This record gives sequence, structure tokens and C-alpha cells, in this order.
Amino acid sequence: MKATYLIAGALAALMLPATAQAHRQWMLPSSTTLSGDDSWVTVDAAISNDVFYFEHFPMPTDGIAVTEPDGSTGKIENAAKGRYRSTFDVHLTKPGTYRIANVSTGVMGSYRLNGKQERLPRGTTKDKLASVIPAGATDVQTAEMSNRNEIFVTLGAPTTTIFKPTGTGIEMVPVTHPNDLVSGEAATFQFLLDGKPAADLKVTVIPGGIRYRDALGQMDLTADKDGKVVVTWPEPGMYWVNASIGGGREGGPGGMGGPGAGAPGAAPTPPTRPAGPPQRRAAYVSTLEVLAP
Amino acid sequence: MQIRYRLALTGTAALGAAATVAAPATAQTLNLSVAIPRLSVAEYHRPYVAIWIEKEGAAPRSLSVWYDYDMKNGEGTKWLRDVRQWWRASGRALKLPADGVTGATKAPGDHKLSFTAGKGPLGSLGPGNYTLFIEAAREVGGREVVRLPFVWPPKPGATVKAQGSTELGAVALTFGK
Repeated sequence: MKATYLIAGALAALMLPATAQAHRQWMLPSSTTLSGDDSWVTVDAAISNDVFYFEHFPMPTDGIAVTEPDGSTGKIENAAKGRYRSTFDVHLTKPGTYRIANVSTGVMGSYRLNGKQERLPRGTTKDKLASVIPAGATDVQTAEMSNRNEIFVTLGAPTTTIFKPTGTGIEMVPVTHPNDLVSGEAATFQFLLDGKPAADLKVTVIPGGIRYRDALGQMDLTADKDGKVVVTWPEPGMYWVNASIGGGREGGPGGMGGPGAGAPGAAPTPPTRPAGPPQRRAAYVSTLEVLAP
Repeated sequence: MQIRYRLALTGTAALGAAATVAAPATAQTLNLSVAIPRLSVAEYHRPYVAIWIEKEGAAPRSLSVWYDYDMKNGEGTKWLRDVRQWWRASGRALKLPADGVTGATKAPGDHKLSFTAGKGPLGSLGPGNYTLFIEAAREVGGREVVRLPFVWPPKPGATVKAQGSTELGAVALTFGK
């Protein structure tokens, strides 16, 4: 999804109405539950239609950050990019739960200058916003984007220090620990949007292994007023979890604004694309491992 | 009925104690026999085995864990999580090696273990319904859990038996003084 756009460099695609864009970004750890005092996980990271088959594009690893159980910053090692997937390792040396996450924020939007509509350059961040909008620009419209793709791995007993929300974008706060999931049991997760319960957020859960079955097995869930969803895992395995708002992406409420919303008289020619005010965009992706009882 | 039985036991235990060392007056033992089956496979490794008890509303207690505890750099602990039900119930909260719990992996055959109430990993047991679990996980092999439910304090001469089908053979729990 998102990363596909980025890789294609086709930011314009972001401005299009909802399309059937199904490419999914994912990270797949070799293990999520580990024993001993010192262990490693290796992670595949890719973008593809079917989770977790790497057959389309590698996921960039530059932005991946590791948070250790005590909250300190760890690192990825041995990162490599192949034709279809990236791979990297994380060395676990502290007992507890680690987060491995690719979190990005940015601002998208447009302005009008000399009768022409211009788009904010890719990679614009909030603090750089003033410097990328030229003097004399009018009809400035911006929206923030927050994307989070994270996985969790635990050495020894699960801990919860790393789950303190940052207050930006969509975040998952476990009620059930994400490394303590067992098939047949119900797990509860709370989703936050910018630090507040994401009531009515649509959350999609897809089990891996689609190549060897007919039905996708997708679970479409809606968060309650507290942002909570309950998932009962039908079987052990890896599950891809996605939630997003804005932009009509998977799990989102709809596309970008309606057609032709320029100021009256300011647009003698019809806009070449829908130009409603951009919406706040946020996306969340995780991979959860569910063990057999 | 149960109370009278406990009193009777106390008496015998105290008698026995007089002749040996000062054992707790209520000493009772769980005698467990575990059969590890001989398997005809190309690559055989002795299984990791965990034995623990659970009681509703109480923290599970590990009684015995057989694993490759003596590998360099503690490498044998890497596979403890594959004894997955035990790992979740009790193992991940344990600091290993644990005194009186950690043991070496065992060869196929019958293995006898004995745990004394009030002592060692078994500790003291309040009255109630318990389950003793035996879980075996074998490298390049399978995994199996066998359950032995019992009531504490036990009836005199009570025996609980179960039969594993793949990674475990016959298991039996008897209660002694």
C-alpha cells in the first residue's frame, strides 16, 4: 500500500480516489517468542499483494528503529536488500519485549501559485513546511500523514514498557500482550489515533498462508468507542493487521475529497484531479504471531 | 473424612520423622513415573521435557525441566520456548537453571521422580483440584502434553494414570507418605 506508492514515486497516486490498491507492506520475524538470555531474530520485510509471500518489492529498511525492553534504542544488523525482500537481524540481549518499527510522519498538500496548482514536495515534514511554501502561494492545503509498521518480539517473559503511546498517528496499545497470543483465545487491542481512542476505526486482520487455501480469511473489525477490538484467532500462524484512516486505503473510510473543490472563480479550467481539502492520513500495520495452545 | 485422613497421615509422618531427620509433619510425596518412548527415527534427539502443576487461580509451578542445560553459552535454553505450553504457563517467568528443577535430558525408558509437599519445587499445596502436566518437545520431532488431574490432599493409595501417544509413553502419579 503506502510504501508501494513511495517506491513508485507516484505521489500523484495519493491524490487519486480510492483504487483497488492491495499491495501490503509487512515485516515477518523469524520468531516472536524466544527463550534464553541472548538470542537473535531475523526479519523479512517486503511489499506484496499476499502476506507473507515476498514476490513484489523489498521494503526499505533505512527507517526501521528498534526499541529495547527498557525503552533504550537498539539497532538492526546485517540489513540487506534483495530483489523481492529486505532482511535484517535484531540481537536480543535484554529480557522482555522489543519493538521493531518503521514509523514515518510527513505533510502532504498543495498550494496555488501564479494560477497553477502545485504540490508539496515528497518528504515534507511539519517543521519544514514553512520553507517549502513559496511567498505568494494561495489556497494552501495540507494534511499530516503518519505511518507505523511495527512488530514485537519477546525474550523471556513479556513486558509492557515499550507500549507507552507517542500520541502521533495510529498506535496499538495492548490489552492482551501481542506476544502472548494463542489460537482459540480472544485477544483485545486498543487503537489510538493521535493519542486518543480511535473509536470506530476499521481494523483488518488477514492470516498468512493464502497460497495454500481458497478463502482469504480476512477479518474486518470495527473498534468500539474506546478504540478496542477483540480478535479470536481461528488458528495458529502469522497474522497481518492493518488499520488506516484517510486516503481510501485499505481499511480506511473512503477516498480523498470530492471533485473540483477550488475556490469560486479561481479555477477557470476544471482541476485535473479531485482537489478537496486533504484529509488527515494515518496507517498502522503489524504482524502478530499466534501460537498453538 | 478428609480431615481424619490428614490427621492419620500426620501421625505416621511424625513417626517416620522420629527415626530419620525432622521432616515436616505433613510430608507427602508425589511419585511420578514418566515413560519416554523409544522412537525409530533417522535423527533422534532426547526430548526437552517440562513437568509442572497448575491449580485454578494459582500461579503454575515448575517441578522439573529436562533440557540441554550444560551447553556452552547457555545455548540449550534457546529451545525451551518450544515446550510451548509450559513456557507460557511457567517457563518464561523462571530464572534458569533453577535449583531442583533443571535436569539433563533423559534417554528413552521409564523415569521415576519424587516430589515432597512442603519442600523443593513442589512447595506446600493448599487443598483443591490440581493438574500435573508433562510436556515433551523433541528436536526435529513432535510435541505432546499429557495431563494428570488430582485432588489435594489425595486419597490414600490414589493413582492417576495417562498414556501419551507420540512423544510420551505411560505416565503415572501415585501418592506416598
